[in-house]
Amino acid sequence: MLRKDSLTTERLLRFRRNKVGLVSACVFGTLFFLSLFAEFLANDKPLVIGYKGRIYTPIFVSYSEKEFGGDFDTNADYRDPFVADLIEKDGWMLWPPIRFHYSTINYGLPSPAPSVPSKVNLLGTDDSGRDVLARIIYGFRISVLFGLSLTLISSVVGVSVGAFMGYYGGKLDILGQRFIEVWSSLPTLFILIILSSVTQPNFFWLLGILLLFSWMGFVGVVRAEFLRARNFEYVLAAKAMGLSDRQVIYRHVLPNAMVATLTFMPFTLSGAITSLTALDFLGFGMPPGSPSLGELLAQAKANLHAPWLGLSAFFALALILILLVFVGEAVRDAFDPRKVV
Amino acid sequence: MKAVDDVSFHIDRGETFGLVGESGCGKSTMGRTIIRLYNVTGGEIFLDGTNLTAMSEKNLLPFRKRMQMIFQDPYASLNPRMTVTDIVGEGILVHNIFKDRERQERIFELLDYVGLKREHANRYPHEFSGGQRQRIGIARALAVEPELIICDEPISALDVSIQAQIVNMLEDFQDEMKLTYLFIAHDLSMVKHISDRIGVMYLGMFAEVAESYELYAHPQHPYTRALLSAIPIPDPDLTRKNKRTILRGDVPSPIDPPDGCRFATRCPLVSDLCTKATPELIDKGAGHFVACHNV
Repeated sequence: MLRKDSLTTERLLRFRRNKVGLVSACVFGTLFFLSLFAEFLANDKPLVIGYKGRIYTPIFVSYSEKEFGGDFDTNADYRDPFVADLIEKDGWMLWPPIRFHYSTINYGLPSPAPSVPSKVNLLGTDDSGRDVLARIIYGFRISVLFGLSLTLISSVVGVSVGAFMGYYGGKLDILGQRFIEVWSSLPTLFILIILSSVTQPNFFWLLGILLLFSWMGFVGVVRAEFLRARNFEYVLAAKAMGLSDRQVIYRHVLPNAMVATLTFMPFTLSGAITSLTALDFLGFGMPPGSPSLGELLAQAKANLHAPWLGLSAFFALALILILLVFVGEAVRDAFDPRKVV
Repeated sequence: MKAVDDVSFHIDRGETFGLVGESGCGKSTMGRTIIRLYNVTGGEIFLDGTNLTAMSEKNLLPFRKRMQMIFQDPYASLNPRMTVTDIVGEGILVHNIFKDRERQERIFELLDYVGLKREHANRYPHEFSGGQRQRIGIARALAVEPELIICDEPISALDVSIQAQIVNMLEDFQDEMKLTYLFIAHDLSMVKHISDRIGVMYLGMFAEVAESYELYAHPQHPYTRALLSAIPIPDPDLTRKNKRTILRGDVPSPIDPPDGCRFATRCPLVSDLCTKATPELIDKGAGHFVACHNV
């Protein structure tokens, strides 16, 4: 669809010239890539264990305590000094840089939770004694995954609806416009809160609920592009040639509309992350216990004497949003036809 | 709004039918309707005895191959994101005429035909001049070996020197491939040069239809006379002797056309009858049709 032609090359060149945008895209990409492997960065299980000449990988397989000479046939708790001693007597353990999973509670805190940053908990712990850094890493991953899914699905839905309305016009267009007007005048936040209190939302529920409203952002731009492009002479020529509507759309009209869509995407992504954080903050988001930036902010509000909670969540969120806005601006400038290289 | 209203005509195989008229009189609409880019709200279209008027897009496909169109604006009619190969080869692909290597061979052949070089095949439209772009447009139309080509002002956006090249090329192709043209233009001298028969349109209706030389030698409709008198003559003495008919006023809005004869508001020969009854297109002998009460 978007093939590597001279126009695309030119745009890539323009994107690369925007150093801030390029660096932001690289940093964001790296962070996201690393967060995909969060289990290897922050976990309460060692990456690898060598015990009596055998190699164990506790992240992938659960082992019983008896395996390492313990007394109980339960999952080994590697943070337990007793188990750790058993293993280290006859082998070794390789730990991830952060020895906490997002749900791991540190029972050996020197002060009551939330406790201050220390060598063990680099950004301190939250009010249940869980490591803040681990929760931010997992929270970042879930936020970005959520944002990406929401952006992708809503752009697919929005682009298809906008394409239909713009390309066929007429009654379909009028009805579609009126529907969107009515639908977008619904008080989104209240409906989200009502729907979230009816069910206990999980990742996919929230995705579906937010999707109900987020797809409309794309319809306007795509519809306008299609309305304009369907009367281009080269589109008429393609129709006269006998291309089906689908072929005409894919080959000739959609590439034009993709410019507007792609420009829109980074901003939708940051909007989606903000929405999820807001819902989590209000307590209508992800189920309790899930790592989330919004939940961390809510904790910070409840524990003003523990500023590391608020500061950590704030900087994490600010970093994500700033990077995305820089990327978005670079994409927008790269696609701007008035800018000449 | 009726952009085109109550027009009937035929084009014989191998003939060039010229269509002239002011901007906005419905020439392009008519061309695009014939090729079924616009839906017909009334009347019928026949190609070689087959009624195309209400045919579904699927059934129309084989007929799409038989009629093609050349567009006015060589800058707007080529997709800026596609190479010449892709533009010209699109029809071949859709109608499955040739496969892979044969297809590329055929594209080269078409480029040779229209006077472009083979090394142009992988370039983008913006790398060409207006005349070259129009050649690409012609190659695209010829790719599916059509019988009827609708030329929608193919030369009006080009330099005069290039215009002649393109027209001559179109004429050569007509002889070689037995093509039929519907040639839409507002430049009367060029239409006279290329057409066998000419239809003069005013506000969506025919004013006069006649053989080319007959129309120029004996124009009957007052609108045709006014148009012909506007052709500049490259001889100052003759220009001074010839009296120009200058039309007053503007073309009325096609949204609310005048009753009776549509030309009545600007006609030098206007009479009472003209504002009451719409004149029929009447044969004045030898295939010369005129729609006027007063000639």
